[in-house]
Amino acid sequence: MIHVNSSRQQYRLEAVHKIFGRGQVALNGIHLGIQKGERVALIGPSGAGKTTLFRLLNYTLRPTSGKLWINGEDVENLHGRRLRQARRLIGTVYQQHNLVPRLSVIHNVLAGQLGRWSTLRSLTSLAKPHEMEIAHKALSQVGIPDKIFERTDELSGGQQQRVAVARVLVQDPEVILADEPVSSVDPTLASTIVRLLIDISESTRKTLVVSLHSVDLALAYFPRVIGVKHGKAAFDLAPDKISEAMLEDLYAGSVREKGATEVLSEPTSSIAYPAIS
Amino acid sequence: MNQPAQSLTRQSHRSLFPYLFTALFLFAIIDSWQRAGIDPKVLFETKGRESLWKFLAGMFPPDLSWNFLSLMLRPTLETIQISLWGTVIAVMIGFPLGLLGTNNLIVRGILNEAELQGAPLRRSLRYAIYLSARGILSLFRCIPEFVWAFMFVRAVGLGPFPGVLAIGVAYGGMLGKVYSEIFEGVNYRPLEALQSLGANKLQIFFYGWFPQALPNFASYTLYRWECAVRASAILGLVGAGGLGQQIEISMRMFNFNEVLTILIILFLMVAAVDYLSAKVRALL
Amino acid sequence: MVKTWDTTPAAKQRVAAKSILKNLLILSFVIGFLVWSYRGAGIQLSQLFSRDSFEQILIYVKKLFPPDLSAVVLHEALKGSMETFAISFMGTLMAVVIALSTVLFASRNLIYSGLLYEMEPKQGWKRTARMLPYLAAKSPLNILRTIPEMVWALIFVFLVGLGSFAGVLALGVHTGGVLGKLFGEVLEDVDNQPIESLQATGANRLQILFYGIVPQVLPQFISYILYRWEVNIRVAAVLGLVGAGGLGQRIHIAISLFLENQLLTFLIFIYILVTVADYLSSYLRRKLI
Repeated sequence: MIHVNSSRQQYRLEAVHKIFGRGQVALNGIHLGIQKGERVALIGPSGAGKTTLFRLLNYTLRPTSGKLWINGEDVENLHGRRLRQARRLIGTVYQQHNLVPRLSVIHNVLAGQLGRWSTLRSLTSLAKPHEMEIAHKALSQVGIPDKIFERTDELSGGQQQRVAVARVLVQDPEVILADEPVSSVDPTLASTIVRLLIDISESTRKTLVVSLHSVDLALAYFPRVIGVKHGKAAFDLAPDKISEAMLEDLYAGSVREKGATEVLSEPTSSIAYPAIS
Repeated sequence: MNQPAQSLTRQSHRSLFPYLFTALFLFAIIDSWQRAGIDPKVLFETKGRESLWKFLAGMFPPDLSWNFLSLMLRPTLETIQISLWGTVIAVMIGFPLGLLGTNNLIVRGILNEAELQGAPLRRSLRYAIYLSARGILSLFRCIPEFVWAFMFVRAVGLGPFPGVLAIGVAYGGMLGKVYSEIFEGVNYRPLEALQSLGANKLQIFFYGWFPQALPNFASYTLYRWECAVRASAILGLVGAGGLGQQIEISMRMFNFNEVLTILIILFLMVAAVDYLSAKVRALL
Repeated sequence: MVKTWDTTPAAKQRVAAKSILKNLLILSFVIGFLVWSYRGAGIQLSQLFSRDSFEQILIYVKKLFPPDLSAVVLHEALKGSMETFAISFMGTLMAVVIALSTVLFASRNLIYSGLLYEMEPKQGWKRTARMLPYLAAKSPLNILRTIPEMVWALIFVFLVGLGSFAGVLALGVHTGGVLGKLFGEVLEDVDNQPIESLQATGANRLQILFYGIVPQVLPQFISYILYRWEVNIRVAAVLGLVGAGGLGQRIHIAISLFLENQLLTFLIFIYILVTVADYLSSYLRRKLI
């Protein structure tokens, strides 16, 4: 049985370090607390540790040192079946979709149920899908119900991303984590997907943590923005308290992606090309 | 200050390999030429040319007499049967062992991290399983089918059965090794996603690993079946059924037209198998 | 409840149902095939696990130990190993030569169709003229690779006498056919984009070959060559059974003279040889690709 914590804290990290094999320090003593139902955006340069942080938040990795509590439970104590049950409560949308290419969309979406289904049921579903209505409903919510029987790798990038979101909907977790869900998607679709995630979080009171390449999207939609750099939280504030100087600092030495509108009006190189009208 | 000097020496160290390789390669050619007794003259001098002519002329026309063909019917069918069941047994041996010999399924990799951190006993046990599986596959692979066939003939008598076992074991080793390579080459990200939403190992396997690996599996297994057809034909040479025995007899009796017939039969068999496997591959 | 999504996916579902039926049919056919083969090949898996044959195997295995490690035998084993290595090496080399020289003609996209020939006037006879070398190249390759190495070995033993040379020729010819087919497939699957851009800059076909095609196919070629060489070590060992030299010949003698201990020694050497070749091949694979 999962120890359901009555406290309102979803995540608590204390001095968490994560060091990989060859001395690569991904997280460098990060402190963090996230309440249930909060909506948080993570921004920061590539390699700052955002993805590693997500993998800690969804029980894929354990900290090298420091403490991590999820739902009031220390992750060190979870193994085997209890670990799996805990995982089912956290849903992740990945940057690269992480769907199984050769499976059809319906199987990928229904995979969200794997934490609930017995092994036998999940296997028979591969032969003839169970609970198709649930999958269809989720796909409708993301706008692509007609793709239900197509093979996943035959969809466009944006469509695949939506299938990934549908999978999380089917999973119906307590927390939705999204690791750069819109980086490989065009700007208008990006806003749509971010708004979709926020709508879902608001209507179902799920905790939402999203990391974004685009600072503008983060500042526009999220009440709390955390800047991550060198494996630590550089700042943790509401958008109106974040200054341009802090952002410059955060992205110092790396390329920062500005909003779509701004890109169009700025020259992208110093070489003068004849204007394409 | 030291940087440029270091990078220079490292570069020159790297560029040593091509020279070393070429030198060894040339040496190997010269040495092997002698050792293998290569003597192209033999093909072209009179005795060689006569034998070649005798052979080619003797082959045509192929012996298509009803007598001979009906004699060949049984070995031909046997060959196909041996190849089929040999491959089946090979899959039965190779698949589980290949699975156990997959590094990132059994020992390391992201799928095991959260569970195995700080559990040295379990980890070394898994490593031991992994190594033994690989070792067994290696053993099965390295001993040629022939030797297996011969040993099985001793064990279960003459006939097609030892041939089946020999192919099963030897090809099982080959299939197992390639299966584990296919497994290891699978794209990891979907597997990680499945794990993160709470799927257990079996579910991750069937939803993530298997669908990705299946086309390569099928492709290679069908290819192996094709090889098995040829191998089965030959195993007759050690009395293990199939066409091989007949080829040897015909060669030794200089009945080259019979040899040609058998070769044609072989050719047709392989073509049929090729066609079938292409169809099956298209299905997937 | 009106299922508005039934309209399009329903058709797909019906198609899916039909293909399930087709799959079942194929499955039953395959099972039938298996059963027929089982009876025909006289397979009795139970026999394998019976006490009798188990004892037989055990007795035989016991006879193999201990391996004969006398100086004479070790010397023969070493000599045989080096011979087998030489046979496989030269055989594979010969195969590469054969394969490379024919494969240029056996690839459709290099000879008569595909991107390189898009802009050619579609004159019937010219196209046919180019098809001929293609057809002429494909068939011999097929013949070479269908005839098993053992049969080739028998043939060559007849033509050039016993010994390693026959083994080299047999390996070379058979593997040449195999590599020819594999190379051909690689060439046909080549990525067209670099070729298209080279062609657009006005390069001639030979230049396109060397700048666009060769760099793409070379790693895969080397991979296949190394793989076949690995296989050929085992084959070379076995060819000796029909008198084509190497460890195989010595194994044959040991079996015929019932010298089981020597047999074990030779088997051990085969194992060592193959393992070494495997490592060498992975090492070369890493360095060359």
